Amino acid sequence: MTRSKAPPGSFFDLAAGGAGAVDAPAAASETAAVPPCNPSVDALREQFPDGVLRNEVCAGDQDVVYVDSARLVEMLGWLHESPGQQYDHLADVTAVDHGGGRPIEVVYQLWSIPHRAALRVKCELPLDSLEIDTVTGIWVGANWLEREVYDLFGVHFTGHPDLRRILMPDNYAEGHPLRKDFPLRGRFSRAEQTRRALTQDPEDYYMPGEIGGRVPQLVAEDAGGDAEEADDVD
Amino acid sequence: MSTRTVEFEVARNPEMGPGGTLVASPTEPFDAPEPELGADTMLVNVGPQHPATHGVLRLVVELDGETVVRVDPRLGYLHSSFEKLGEYRTWNQVVPLTDRMDYLAPLIYNCAYVMAVEKLMGIEVTDRCRVARVVCMEMDRIFSHLLWLGTWSIDVGAFTPFLYAFQQREKVYKLHEALTGARITTSATRIGGMMADLPEGWTDGVREFANNLPATLDEIDGLLKHNAIHIGRTQGIGAISADEAVNCGLTGANLRASGVPYDVRKDRPYYDYESYDFEVPIGCHGDCYDRYLVRMEEMRQSTRILHQALDRLPAGPMDVEDPRISLPSKTDCMSDMESMIHHFKLITEGIPAPAEDCWFSVEGSKGELGMYVVGDGGPKPVRWRIRPPSFVNLSAIPRLSEGHLMADLIMINASLDIVLGEIDR
Repeated sequence: MTRSKAPPGSFFDLAAGGAGAVDAPAAASETAAVPPCNPSVDALREQFPDGVLRNEVCAGDQDVVYVDSARLVEMLGWLHESPGQQYDHLADVTAVDHGGGRPIEVVYQLWSIPHRAALRVKCELPLDSLEIDTVTGIWVGANWLEREVYDLFGVHFTGHPDLRRILMPDNYAEGHPLRKDFPLRGRFSRAEQTRRALTQDPEDYYMPGEIGGRVPQLVAEDAGGDAEEADDVD
Repeated sequence: MSTRTVEFEVARNPEMGPGGTLVASPTEPFDAPEPELGADTMLVNVGPQHPATHGVLRLVVELDGETVVRVDPRLGYLHSSFEKLGEYRTWNQVVPLTDRMDYLAPLIYNCAYVMAVEKLMGIEVTDRCRVARVVCMEMDRIFSHLLWLGTWSIDVGAFTPFLYAFQQREKVYKLHEALTGARITTSATRIGGMMADLPEGWTDGVREFANNLPATLDEIDGLLKHNAIHIGRTQGIGAISADEAVNCGLTGANLRASGVPYDVRKDRPYYDYESYDFEVPIGCHGDCYDRYLVRMEEMRQSTRILHQALDRLPAGPMDVEDPRISLPSKTDCMSDMESMIHHFKLITEGIPAPAEDCWFSVEGSKGELGMYVVGDGGPKPVRWRIRPPSFVNLSAIPRLSEGHLMADLIMINASLDIVLGEIDR
């Protein structure tokens, strides 16, 4: 039986090297000894010396920049507009909850179509202040992605034009499912979930006026007075 | 980058008037006094159970007469929280969740997921596996586009192309079945390889499919390309400019129809796509008709890739020969102590991944399919995230359809090529 080793540099080689080598990948990423592959990292640090908290290289060649959440929109706007950067394609907005009380990371995957460069920007938000400015002013496509992060993680995007739940029902009251403190099968028993579903009034969900009350910008145009109602969706 | 603008020999609005002169397309407003109907708008509920929504999608549409004033898509009817479920499974056990998202192109999802995990773990798969995955992904790109073509033509009012397209799809179903035993829920990939080597004669089946497909495409193209109803219902409908399309996050054929030559296979090549000879078709009007043309051409280009990949498919092992990643053979398990231990460890513990994150995107059939995986040193993902291309593409539907007629909304929805399994996850 011939068995070859995993390719050099893989996690397995490090893990197999003995007890001392097991934590090698973690140590390498923390010391930030690896120079960034993408010149945008250094440019961003030069432009916003106090906005870039740290950077690391993941999975061999992927640059990650941790930025200050207060300056996020300014920095992403610069990455979007600056002629040398032109990160015009926002591939993804998501969040990661590591559990154990660690801050929730909001992750932006940027791609520059003209320069063919990728950059991952992360913001760490402590669990007690899950608020961050929206980037829908820069990329319209962030609208639904941010709504999803809001729905599943409970991160509030300040200034978002239409921050409602998107995958879970509007009246879902059990919390934010992708948080680590959310149990796999929900907070209620199956019987309780069924009971709640059956006691719902379907008219609540199929009323003709449903959009009017729930889309904030339209309320402002049509009725004006119902704006507070729109905030109550959560 | 070798891209090209496909030159289409189609005149815009080619409908002939009585005297043989070109007249405006049927969707052009005609000069007639509008009856006074009052200023009230009407809310119409489209879906969630409606064939034209291509899944369990609900569109709440505000209409002014027949003109769409606003569209509010309501999602979540298929939400099963695959991403949450994945956090309770080992890396390999997540694979079956991936094909249930896009059941129209399951192999692309299977492949994209394991490619992301392999990148995270630093595993290099064998040459045979790389080429086999390219074959799988290109085959499923055609598989997905054929379904789009069939349903698209039904939405436009043509039934025959649907039957032709599904005849071809049936062949891919058979190939799926021969490869994995399942027709839709393939779960064909494993970390470090495939669930099994390609069955005997399978490549011949793929080659036969790739040989026969262009004739069917020509036949369908002949029915639709110059068809006045098709042209009238799609040209100038749902148009979006290149800058706006990029800003809205559109990817895949929807973006390329607007003239942006962004294709992950060319711009961020993976699996030696840079060495395959194929072209990326782009449109110039960004409307539904151009999306049709781009997808038709993409299928033809995919058959080219299929032929090249089948030609270069090397012999040799399919799985990585590392006992910590790939399961040993049954014979080894029964006769060799070490293999049995590896088997036991792999099954009971799984494969550990480093405490890092990794983003890997491939060109899916619907657009840029991104996989974001986060490990913590253990055998289960901390977070497993799909960048769902249809989700982002669908988010542009209010922008695309407002101002158009209600009937155009159906075509715009069809032209975006969405799959609700992936949108709702």
